[in-house]
Amino acid sequence: MFAYYFQLGLRSLRRNPILTALMVMAIGFGVAASMTTYAVFRATSNNPIPEKSSQLFAVQIDNWGPEDTKNGEPSSSLSYTDVIGLMAAHKARRQTAMYPVGPSVIPADAHLLPFNVNSYAVYGDAFPMFDIPFLYGSGWGAAEDDGHAAVVVIARAINDKLFNGANSVGREINIDGRNYRITGVMDSWNPQPLFFDPVNTSGFDDPVDLFIPFTRAIELKMGTAGNNNCNKNSGDGWDAWLHSECIWAQYWVEASSKADADAYLRSLQGYAAEQQRAGRFRWPPNVRLRNVQEWLEFQKVVPPESKISLLVALAFLLICLVNTVGLLLAKFMRRAAEIGVRRALGASRREIYGQFLIEAGTVGLAGGLLGLLLTGLGVVGVSWVFDPKVARLATLDASLVALTLLVAVLATVMAAFYPTWRAAQVQPAWQLKSN
Amino acid sequence: MLKMTHLSKVYRTEVVETYALRDFNIDVKEGEFVAVTGPSGSGKTTFLTIAGLLETFTGGEYHLDGVEVSHLNDNARSKIRNEKIGFIFQAFNLIPDLNVFDNVEVPLRYRGMKAAERKKRIMESLERVGLASRAKHYPAELSGGQQQRVAIARALAGSPRLLLADEPTGNLDTQMARSVMELLEEIHREGATIVMVTHDPELAARAQRNVHVIDGQVVDLAEDPRFHAHVAQVADATHGR
Repeated sequence: MFAYYFQLGLRSLRRNPILTALMVMAIGFGVAASMTTYAVFRATSNNPIPEKSSQLFAVQIDNWGPEDTKNGEPSSSLSYTDVIGLMAAHKARRQTAMYPVGPSVIPADAHLLPFNVNSYAVYGDAFPMFDIPFLYGSGWGAAEDDGHAAVVVIARAINDKLFNGANSVGREINIDGRNYRITGVMDSWNPQPLFFDPVNTSGFDDPVDLFIPFTRAIELKMGTAGNNNCNKNSGDGWDAWLHSECIWAQYWVEASSKADADAYLRSLQGYAAEQQRAGRFRWPPNVRLRNVQEWLEFQKVVPPESKISLLVALAFLLICLVNTVGLLLAKFMRRAAEIGVRRALGASRREIYGQFLIEAGTVGLAGGLLGLLLTGLGVVGVSWVFDPKVARLATLDASLVALTLLVAVLATVMAAFYPTWRAAQVQPAWQLKSN
Repeated sequence: MLKMTHLSKVYRTEVVETYALRDFNIDVKEGEFVAVTGPSGSGKTTFLTIAGLLETFTGGEYHLDGVEVSHLNDNARSKIRNEKIGFIFQAFNLIPDLNVFDNVEVPLRYRGMKAAERKKRIMESLERVGLASRAKHYPAELSGGQQQRVAIARALAGSPRLLLADEPTGNLDTQMARSVMELLEEIHREGATIVMVTHDPELAARAQRNVHVIDGQVVDLAEDPRFHAHVAQVADATHGR
């Protein structure tokens, strides 16, 4: 019967074309608004590393004390002193400190101009921790970290630009006038949101072009390209700044189980207690360990306008559906005579429900197709409302196409429950008598 | 085939009870052609809609083809309507958006019949009423007589045991009414049980048996003063007195 009812539904689209057009437009616009804003919300609230998001933890240590912290919450970044202390303790399965740097690459090809690269200084553990994919080679190891080695991992785009896509592992690249040996070429890797550094990127930025060893960057006195916050004057010179309480580095650890994470948290508290005993901290241990999702939530990576616009769009969809209820009611009740005849000829109430809900589904499908077109336009135009770095993440992919059609059909079918119930209550005897 | 015993139908509001049928008794045997007559408001159509399971009744018993129907749910009633009863209405009640073929197909669809079988039955029914060539026409493209023939084809397509006709010629001119009546007679001769509600004494006279309904009850004409009063009223109206 589904095919028969669907056929009747298609036929009914042509009946009362103005009423049909109004319903299709109401559903189409409502669904498009919802899906466009959902596309943005989905991109911003995406889990960027689902397979490991519960195993990676951002570390916070309160090195400023209650006078300089908000609501007792430790700062989101760490000082160099704490980075070195935690790295030396090496209590996690894997750990890395990291900070953004802004070096320039000087191509060997004289025809190419030097260019800035979006880079991070990290420890070698970062590559397996963050599941960074490699096209060629790999990251570096502890020996290179310890030896402040002049090694580098570059992105595929940089490899394409400098080496025409060839395997460049073992070759050298000139960064800020110094040569670095390439240990690996990353395949495409651009997790969104940028979970490892929402502090400096707000969660959304261009992909990383290059990684160099943290120890090497410090040795070369590469300052941070991100935020540097100090609660007091750090003094003059690199060494004074480095050993001050200024905070500018992120610190990540990997713990493969809850027990490991708990153990690491205890060691972190132990470290802070040790700092208190040493007189550096004049307050009790105040540390945090947050996994990726908790970290992104804490950093408020999802833009508030994304949530608000999604709620507004859903409210708009609801209004459109309320209108659709009225229009469907008018459409169905105009066919009371037909319902009476069908009931007389053997249609049960269940069959009337089936016919009219499927008919509503065809209206929803038509609305969904219009909604799909409008969602496509909406996704293109979303940069008028949102930060372009966020807007570009909103895409009309296969899952959004399917969701748009599904929402349109389901929402319309739900809107049709009351009109269909009314239609099924038509008393055939009265209807046929009145005819 | 159709037996109602002490059947009643009451419409209740907060302040008043109205009996549409009261102590209504009728027994229609298989293969009979019964005309139900009576003045407007006497309960003829209410009887027909109850007989056709389109409406429930308040009291009494109703056996249709040996089955007591008062306790049947909507699904079971719909199934009986679909399989055992064919309806012919005064207003034809064709679905305007469907062509003749699709209109006749409606009851067969609810029976879950396969497409080939449906097509065979539809074309046989349309041939029987002389409208096979109009299968692709829409109701609006047909005359009243042709529309009623389509309605009869629709009623016949499912091979029902019982045909219920409510003023089947009421909306037709004399010639078309005669042709529709001849068709019903032919269907009856082939073995169908027909119950026809009509105002028209001429049509009623062509049925095997007449049942008269007055004030919601089947009456014996010779003895009921209400019938004589009704006849006098009709005669006055006819002669302009």
